[in-house]
Amino acid sequence: MLTVRDLDVWFGHPPDRVDAVSAASFSVASGESFGLVGESGSGKSTILRAITGLIGTWSGTITVDGQPVTGQHRSKAFHKTVQMVFQDPYASLHPRHSVDRVLSETLHLQGMDQIDRRITALLDSVGLGRGFRFRYPHQLSGGQRQRVAIARALAAEPRLLLLDEPTSALDVSVQAEILNLLSDLRRERGLTYVMVSHDLAVVAHMCDRLAVMRAGRVIEEMPASALRAGTAVSDYARALIAASASYQPA
Amino acid sequence: MNPTTRTWLLSDAPQTRRQARLGALYQGWLTFRANKLAMLGLVILLALLGIAAFAPWLAPQNPLAQDLAGRLKPPSAAHWLGTDALGRDILSRLIYGSRVTLFIVGTVALIAPVIGLFIGTVAGFAGGWVDQVLMRITDIFLAFPKLILALAFVAALGPGIGNAVLALAITSWPPYARLARAETLSIRNADYIAAARLQGAGRLRLLIGHIWPLCISSLIVRVALDMAGIILSAAGLGFLGLGAQPPMPEWGAMISDGRTYILDFWWVAAMPGMAIFIVSLAFNLLGDGLRDVLDPKGAKE
Repeated sequence: MLTVRDLDVWFGHPPDRVDAVSAASFSVASGESFGLVGESGSGKSTILRAITGLIGTWSGTITVDGQPVTGQHRSKAFHKTVQMVFQDPYASLHPRHSVDRVLSETLHLQGMDQIDRRITALLDSVGLGRGFRFRYPHQLSGGQRQRVAIARALAAEPRLLLLDEPTSALDVSVQAEILNLLSDLRRERGLTYVMVSHDLAVVAHMCDRLAVMRAGRVIEEMPASALRAGTAVSDYARALIAASASYQPA
Repeated sequence: MNPTTRTWLLSDAPQTRRQARLGALYQGWLTFRANKLAMLGLVILLALLGIAAFAPWLAPQNPLAQDLAGRLKPPSAAHWLGTDALGRDILSRLIYGSRVTLFIVGTVALIAPVIGLFIGTVAGFAGGWVDQVLMRITDIFLAFPKLILALAFVAALGPGIGNAVLALAITSWPPYARLARAETLSIRNADYIAAARLQGAGRLRLLIGHIWPLCISSLIVRVALDMAGIILSAAGLGFLGLGAQPPMPEWGAMISDGRTYILDFWWVAAMPGMAIFIVSLAFNLLGDGLRDVLDPKGAKE
């Protein structure tokens, strides 16, 4: 479904060039749920942004559904196949657009028909009733906003969903709801997930496989069972898992 | 308003697009209404609109009728605000002059912010050399004092109220362009723009549908606050003889006429001065109230 080979992503020009990602490689099979973990600044989100073309300064090979992508331009077919859910639901919804506007514009852009019926179906599928349809973001809670963002990502019926820390800006209780929603949606629709998180517990719960990143490099790839069992190979991954296990949320 | 309508408007879960839109408007109106001074400004401006619309019925006399025998008369029962050097009734001239003022304000408010919005958002959104070129042009306009530049334009185009308005509009867009560009820069990399881009939204759609709505509110506030300055600039041009031409009853030109007599016949200059003062103040108060309602950075969150 998704293959990334020797991906380098950088910002700025020499001598101020910053290499955010170096020689990252991984591949995600169709229907799989893949996690990218690492501390802040390790380049996890940057990889997602390079895949979607939001960052143009990258080299290497990215193949989505067998089709290689280049630079910042993405085809219509790409937008229909790949969608993204952003980290901060307070920043990912236009403050002046109602839920209805967000979804109908998205459906229109993706060339969907029966927009009215689809909006209702989308709202139902993310657990928001019809009563939310004409609300503005400031009338929604953080969890509700993230549900709207997920509905927007699902509007084009994509097969690959990139999740950029979808729950880290939310309350702990709401986090569980959103994670369950994402699990249910994946099961129902046979979606492929690439999930970025710094929360190992979330990744252990949600993903089949994961890659550990540090300072822009992929240190280790392992199945989620290895994460749960704590049998990582590299020292860094072991240290990360140990640090995460010793941290007890208040 | 009956309670049902009120509940319907303030509903947290509107059932239709129309209800949601009206509800948002009503919410804004409630915020605006809470600001007593802004309401005062609004009332004054509505009164000005009414006066301009019904000038022929409100004015006690013909604003152009001269009566040299009754020139420079102090305020009295016959002439509430006195007469000017040609014996014309100042009150009537002020009432008719409100039309000129509204024409100036309206036209400048239609032209300048639109130019500024367009140039600023395009510059901020496109970036690169487009940004450089557009902003250097803006800088050139900003480098001149506004009134001097307007003077130069009017001198080149020829005196007259239409040209004065055009000159004011051409000289007052650069601050709007700056403002719109700054707003655009702060939102162009926002996640909601990225999300729309991922849905395949084109640049024009992003600019008009996503960036403009966020820039327009701060521009409206700025325009309302600048209106006082525009009225004063127009009055300044009129005062210098480059705006409205006699016998058109323009307030700035009326002050200019009264200048010669300012010590002995103070009302000739003071009455139009008061009118300018009141309208400028009203616009400032209104702008302040609009900021409470529209400015996304306000204390609304």
